[in-house]
Amino acid sequence: MSKNKSVGRMRVKKSGNDRIFLAVCTVVLVTLMVIVLIPLLNIIASSFSDPKAVSQGKVWLWPVDFSLDSYKNVLKYDSVWVGYGNTIFYTVCGTSMNVAITLLCAYPLAQKTFAGRKMVNKLLMFTMIFSGGMIPGYLLVKELGLLNTRWAVLLPGLMSAYNVIITRNYIETNISSELQEAARVDGCSPFKFFIHFVLPLSKSIIAVITMYYAVGHWNSYFNAFLYLNETELYPLQLFLRDILVNSQFDSSIIDDPEMAKVVQSQAEALKYSIIVIATAPLMCVYPLVQKHFVKGIMVGSVKG
Amino acid sequence: MFKRMQKTLKRDWQYWLFLILPLMYMLVFNFYPMAGLQIAFRKFTAKGGIWNSAWVGLKWFEKFFESYQFGKVISNTLILSAYNLLVTSIIPIIFALIFNCVEKPRLKKTVQTIVTLPHFISTVVLVGILMQIFNSRVGLYGIIYEAITGEYPKDIFAQAGNFRHLYVWSGVWQNFGWSAIIYIAALAGVDTSLHEAAQIDGATRLQRVRYIDFQHIKPTIIILAIMNVGKIMTVGFEKVFLLQNDLNISVSELISTYTYQVGLVESNYSYATAIGFFNSVINLVMVLTMNWVARRVSETSLW
Repeated sequence: MSKNKSVGRMRVKKSGNDRIFLAVCTVVLVTLMVIVLIPLLNIIASSFSDPKAVSQGKVWLWPVDFSLDSYKNVLKYDSVWVGYGNTIFYTVCGTSMNVAITLLCAYPLAQKTFAGRKMVNKLLMFTMIFSGGMIPGYLLVKELGLLNTRWAVLLPGLMSAYNVIITRNYIETNISSELQEAARVDGCSPFKFFIHFVLPLSKSIIAVITMYYAVGHWNSYFNAFLYLNETELYPLQLFLRDILVNSQFDSSIIDDPEMAKVVQSQAEALKYSIIVIATAPLMCVYPLVQKHFVKGIMVGSVKG
Repeated sequence: MFKRMQKTLKRDWQYWLFLILPLMYMLVFNFYPMAGLQIAFRKFTAKGGIWNSAWVGLKWFEKFFESYQFGKVISNTLILSAYNLLVTSIIPIIFALIFNCVEKPRLKKTVQTIVTLPHFISTVVLVGILMQIFNSRVGLYGIIYEAITGEYPKDIFAQAGNFRHLYVWSGVWQNFGWSAIIYIAALAGVDTSLHEAAQIDGATRLQRVRYIDFQHIKPTIIILAIMNVGKIMTVGFEKVFLLQNDLNISVSELISTYTYQVGLVESNYSYATAIGFFNSVINLVMVLTMNWVARRVSETSLW
C-alpha cells in the first residue's frame, strides 16, 4: 500500500540502527504471519492424515500417512450435506433480498432534495443504537408464525443499517448532482434514474455489500439457533455447533450401523475435515476479492 | 404547512415509493420489538401477550437488582469487555505501525492476505478450531506439551480462569489483521516529505514512527477508542455462548447469556426482557455520551 514512499527514502543512506530496526520489524511481521498460519496448517494437515494418526496425536504441520478417509467419511455424513444445502439456500436468497432492500433504502436517502431524508435517516440511526433485544424479537417471530420456517432465518436482520449508510454515502459522493439535475431536466424520473444511472454506477458498492451480507449468512448461526427446531431446516453452522463444540454426532441420521461405528471411532479426525469443508469456500474466494473488501472498509470509515 | 407538504409529496412520491418496503421492515422488525419492551413492566402471560398482560411496575427490575446474579453478570460483562477492548484495540495499531515500516511489497502483500484470512472463519468454526488445537491429547497444544514435559496437560477448557484469555486472544488471532486495515490505509497517506525532512535532520526510523506515523493515525485511534468505550456493556452473545460450559459459568455468565437463560430456557419472558432492557438503556446512554465526547475532542463523530 505504501510502495511510493521507498523511492524518496532511498536517497538518504540508512544508518546501522535503522537497519537493525527494519530487520526486527520484518521478523515480527513474519512471526505474526506464522502464528496465524500454524493453527490453519495443523487443521489442514490433520484433515488429510490417517484418522488413526490423528487420534494418537501424531500430526503436527504436515499430514501423517496421507489419506482421504476423513473426507470420505464426511461424504457419508448426511447432516453435513443437508446443512450445506440449506446454507447455500439461505446465502443466495438472503443476500439477494438484503441487497435489494438496502438499495431501495439507500437511494432516496442519498437525495439532497428529498424532503423526508432527515427523518428517515434519524430512524435508521436509532435502530443502530437501540433495539428491543432478544426476547421481544423472539416474541415477534413467534407472533408472526415464523418459528420453524425458513423466513425466521431470512427476515430478522434483512436490512443492516450500517450497510444502508455506506451505500448511501457511496451514492452521494459518486453520483454527481449535476448528472442528476441534467437527467431531471431531460424528463428522467427518479425511477428511471435509479435503473439507468444509479445501479450501473454503483457496481462496486453493490459488490461490497453483497460480500458483507453473503459472508454474514454463511457464518451465522444465531437466528437459526433461536428460531429453528427442525433439523431439515438447519444451516451448516448449527450442525457444526453440534459436531465441533458439543461433540454430538447424530448417528441416527446415518442409516448404516457400521458407518455409525466408524463415525464414533474417527470422530476427532472427522472434525478436522468438517472444519476444512465448511470454511474452504470463503478462504478460497477471499484472496480474489480482497481489494473489494478493503475498499468497503474505506467507504465505511467515511462519516455517516 | 399542509399545502407545502402536499407540494413536496407530489414532487417526492417516487422516493417514498422506494422507501415503502424499507420503512415497513423497520416498523415490524425494529420498532415493533421496541413496543414489546413493555412486557418488562408487565407479568407476561401467553393469553395477554405484550399488550394485555397485567402491569407489575418495576417488579422485574427490582428482582434483578436484588438477585445474587446481578453483581456477577455485570462485573463479568465489564471485565471481559474491558480486557477485550484494551487488547483488541492496541494490537492492530502496533501491527499496522510495524507493517508500514517494512519495505518489501511482495512480503507485505502475502502477510496481509494471510493475517486477514481468519476474519472470515465463522464463530462456530473458530470455537471448534480452539477446541481442536487445545485438545490435551490430540491437539497441537497437547502434542507439544507432551513432547516437552512427557505428560498430557490439564484440560484448558475445564479451568474457569482460562475463559477470558481464550475469548480475548482467539479474537486477536482472528481479527487483528482485519482491524489493522484502516490504520494501514491511513499510514499510506502520510506525507513523504515529512519523512525525508526528518531523515535529513538525522531522525532514526523508530523516532519517525513515533513522531510522524503515530501522530498521523492518532485522531483515528482516539475516535475508535472513544466509540469502543461506548460499547463497553455489549459483548456479543455468540462466541461466549459457545465457549460456555458448566465449569466456567462463574466467569462466563454475562448479561446477554443470562438474558437467554432466563428468557428462552426458563421461559420467564418478562424478567428476561427487563434484564435486556436495562442493558440496552445503559448502552444507549454510553454510546450517546461517547459520541458527544468524540465531537468535543475532534470534528469526527458517528453522526
